[in-house]
Amino acid sequence: MKETDVKVLQEPTLSLADQFYLPQVLKGLGTTMKHMFKVVALGQDRVIQYPEERREDLPVGEGGILRQTYRGVHRLNRDEEGRVKCVACFMCATACPARCIHIEGAESPWADREKYPIKFDIDELRCIYCGMCEEACPVDAIELTSIYDIVGLTRQEMIFDKEKLLRIYDQTVKEEPM
Amino acid sequence: MRFSTRDQVKRLACRPDDPTIVGVSHSQDQVRTFSLLGGDGWIDEPIEPPGDVESEEMIVNMGPQHPSTHGVLRIELRTDGESVLQATPHLGYLHRCKEKIGENLPYYQFIGYTDRLDYLSAMNNNLAWSMAVEQLAGISVPRRAEFIRVIACELNRIASHLVSFGTYGLDMGAFTPFLYAFREREYILDLFEQMCGARLTLSYINIGGVTWDLPPGFEDKLIEFLDYFEPKIDEYNRLLTWNRIFVKRTAGLGVISKSLAIDYALSGPCIRASGVPLDLRRDRPYSVYPELEFDVIVGRGEAGQLGDCWDRYWVKMAEMKECCRIIRQCVRMMPSGLFRAKLPRNMKVPPGEIYVEAENPRGHLGFYIESAGGPIPQRVKIRGPSFVNLSILPELVRGVLIADIPAIIGSIDIVMGEVDR
Ligand code: SF4
Ligand code: SF4
Repeated sequence: MKETDVKVLQEPTLSLADQFYLPQVLKGLGTTMKHMFKVVALGQDRVIQYPEERREDLPVGEGGILRQTYRGVHRLNRDEEGRVKCVACFMCATACPARCIHIEGAESPWADREKYPIKFDIDELRCIYCGMCEEACPVDAIELTSIYDIVGLTRQEMIFDKEKLLRIYDQTVKEEPM
Repeated sequence: MRFSTRDQVKRLACRPDDPTIVGVSHSQDQVRTFSLLGGDGWIDEPIEPPGDVESEEMIVNMGPQHPSTHGVLRIELRTDGESVLQATPHLGYLHRCKEKIGENLPYYQFIGYTDRLDYLSAMNNNLAWSMAVEQLAGISVPRRAEFIRVIACELNRIASHLVSFGTYGLDMGAFTPFLYAFREREYILDLFEQMCGARLTLSYINIGGVTWDLPPGFEDKLIEFLDYFEPKIDEYNRLLTWNRIFVKRTAGLGVISKSLAIDYALSGPCIRASGVPLDLRRDRPYSVYPELEFDVIVGRGEAGQLGDCWDRYWVKMAEMKECCRIIRQCVRMMPSGLFRAKLPRNMKVPPGEIYVEAENPRGHLGFYIESAGGPIPQRVKIRGPSFVNLSILPELVRGVLIADIPAIIGSIDIVMGEVDR
């Protein structure tokens, strides 16, 4: 490294007023008060009163969610005829670093594909929401939605099966088209 | 090497039968690291209390739930009244076998796990791992991706330094800067969310580029944020940095001399504060850093002594401005084009080994990968900057007051997720 690339910082010298503690305390309080005024009187704050106020309802610039990119709970997409789009190719299960997708494929009853999943379980507690399943899927059948608050009283409840994942699709398809 | 029972020998890795275990022996006056591979002896005798405990000496455990230890770190203090005679950090509360996980997953899947190393700088961890794999496999990254990577990393550096600044103020008893720092960090997390859909565990930078392109209009939002943020740094400086009370509390405390910093292989703000201009972005340039203009911030120790707590804090504050400068240049220079190189899904990596280091907010994060060919690495070793920086703690706290320990730990700025791995 050249010597000229290095910037040696001039550190501050304390003025006479700084030598006493009281001006510093008042100065600090002044800054705090300024910000408090901004928040209380002008309403410039970053606080979201969850759950009365939700991030989904806010515009993107003011703390809202950009729905297309958000990585929340999964959904299984349906095709035009309302059938599950997945072709049970196991690409997502292979790509998953947390090994939380469990699929059982079966002979498909429809003419346009060979296989479909009879069982499709995702363990939402094991999932690290990395989005690699979405990236791996060749037919865009699995997607991450913008739902971020899921609750369950037992671990079993948090293993989402095919029906549940399809239900999430029905719930979110309006806001997040495929 | 053999140890006496007066040495405090303890394991740092998890499996007792693993020959690659690294232990630390705290003798009265030195810390030695050894490995069983080198034929070093292992004595599995119970650890005796250090020294002869006299009536007025006391062993105090600080942590693992102590808020100022920044996570689950336990420090065993041998105290005499208010002053500390010896301190021994105890690690391993957050050990998750990251290296072993890395040896069982394909290269691209480990990205998600690097997020959780130093969880305050996930982007930088992603970048270090991606660079290591790319260099091993000989993948070239599109130019646009390189710029996006640098923007992401520098944003994350600001976010990380903000947390460091906020929590350091909190450790010193100033609550307000903490709230302000987290408010500004919120803007950065929102930007991350628009980039990649997550706020903390980002997994954005990927082998061969980045996972998704920037959303439309992102550059404008970035500039808007920088315009908002840069004046804030001056406000923080007015509020905390040059505050007489704060300077009194931190200047001249926990001094790391130049040679000591080099001896302990410190990196990042810790070593720069001691006056050593070591910055990998400049010294061993990677990505597009050679094309960018920025200064390496080095402490001079005018508030107290060179390499004291205040210097370490100040280097971070000044670095945030440099980050803003870098991002502005990147936005200006960023070309359009591909954001990710085309790679086969089941990428085969040729046999070989590689060690790549990158400049993280806390220092040099290094990944050593040994590949025997195939999709899964044979050996992964992580050099965590927080872990190495923490090793200097017993040296620093000898003879200080107990109340100064939070100030010293906070200034070293460790993240336990990376110390324990
Ligand atoms: S988001 Fe990641 S961890 Fe979760 S199911 Fe998909 S691939 Fe697995
Ligand atoms: S990758 Fe897509 S199509 Fe294949 S099993 Fe997974 S969800 Fe179904």
